[in-house]
Amino acid sequence: MAKRAAPEVNAGSMADIAFLLLIFFLVTTTIETDSGLNRKLPPMDEQEQEDIIIRQRNIFTVVVNKYNQLLVEEEPTELKDLRQMAVAFLDNGGGQGEEACDFCQGEKDPASSDNPQKAIISLKNDRETSYKVYVAVQNELVAAYNELRDREFQRLNPMTGMSFVEANKTYNDPRTSLDEKARLKPMLDEVKNLFPQKLSEAEPNKK
Amino acid sequence: MSKFKKKKSGDLPAISTASLPDIVFMLLFFFMVATVMRDSTLMVTNTLPAADQVQKLDKKDRIMYIYAGKPSSRYVDKYGSGARIQLNDKFATVEEVGAFILAERASKRQELQNVLTTALKVDGETKMGLVSDIKQELRKVNALKINYTTRIGGYQQNMN
Repeated sequence: MAKRAAPEVNAGSMADIAFLLLIFFLVTTTIETDSGLNRKLPPMDEQEQEDIIIRQRNIFTVVVNKYNQLLVEEEPTELKDLRQMAVAFLDNGGGQGEEACDFCQGEKDPASSDNPQKAIISLKNDRETSYKVYVAVQNELVAAYNELRDREFQRLNPMTGMSFVEANKTYNDPRTSLDEKARLKPMLDEVKNLFPQKLSEAEPNKK
Repeated sequence: MSKFKKKKSGDLPAISTASLPDIVFMLLFFFMVATVMRDSTLMVTNTLPAADQVQKLDKKDRIMYIYAGKPSSRYVDKYGSGARIQLNDKFATVEEVGAFILAERASKRQELQNVLTTALKVDGETKMGLVSDIKQELRKVNALKINYTTRIGGYQQNMN
């Protein structure tokens, strides 16, 4: 008896199967990445820290109440003015002698901050504040810092042709080469030192 | 009668589709590699607030997600309409956040454990009380790097 050859498997439907899988993966793919505001929480210390005395003029208080209204430095304020007010506060440079600020371009108002290293923004919110308003306020405060950092970055490093935000983005991009990162890091750190982000959030008051 | 019949000139030969599976497989592999599956189904409404001073969250393996918001319509009967926290695939209380973070941290590779970021995907309508509670829990377990995940857009969009 002749040995029967194994029948060849028809591969014509292979394409169909592959297409089916392809469409499945096409539908489930999410290529876009999330983005948002990066923040750092203060560590929780068990022992009581000793109080540091900060001059009232070096604190910029922002309070958001439960009706989502804004109180900046004891004045009711619209959100659209917050960025400009924060910039004016941080960039004031009203200090004398040791505390003078040689790069600030503000009004040098003695009733406002001494220098950006000393200036602290204090943010307080109510438990009933809505999250989106809180994010908007955070966004404006970060924007104020970014605006000033951009200015200083461009003044100190005019040849890079980048702003602080762009340089920071390049630095954080995993595709950037190590050489480039090593080049950018001291520039970024210098500007971060000039305008440190001192944003303090009050502990939420218990009901 | 010639043995070699001339082909009719107008007849186009059929295009071979034998390499079609190869092409499709190539595409398939690309999408398989590029796919990040949605690891949890959302059980809360999640309209993120808008912000424009954002930084990208690359490297998904370094991120832990915490969702919060009102339960979506099909869960309202069971869980009410108050804002809830969602961890992985289930609703959770504030107290469970700490344990969740520790479990997530333990499941990551050793060298990543110190560079983890917690992404807070919180619905815009949520009250800050819940968010503050989450933040306090995160501080307790020393997960200090957080990211308020947002849509990209001007702050004005948050004000209506």
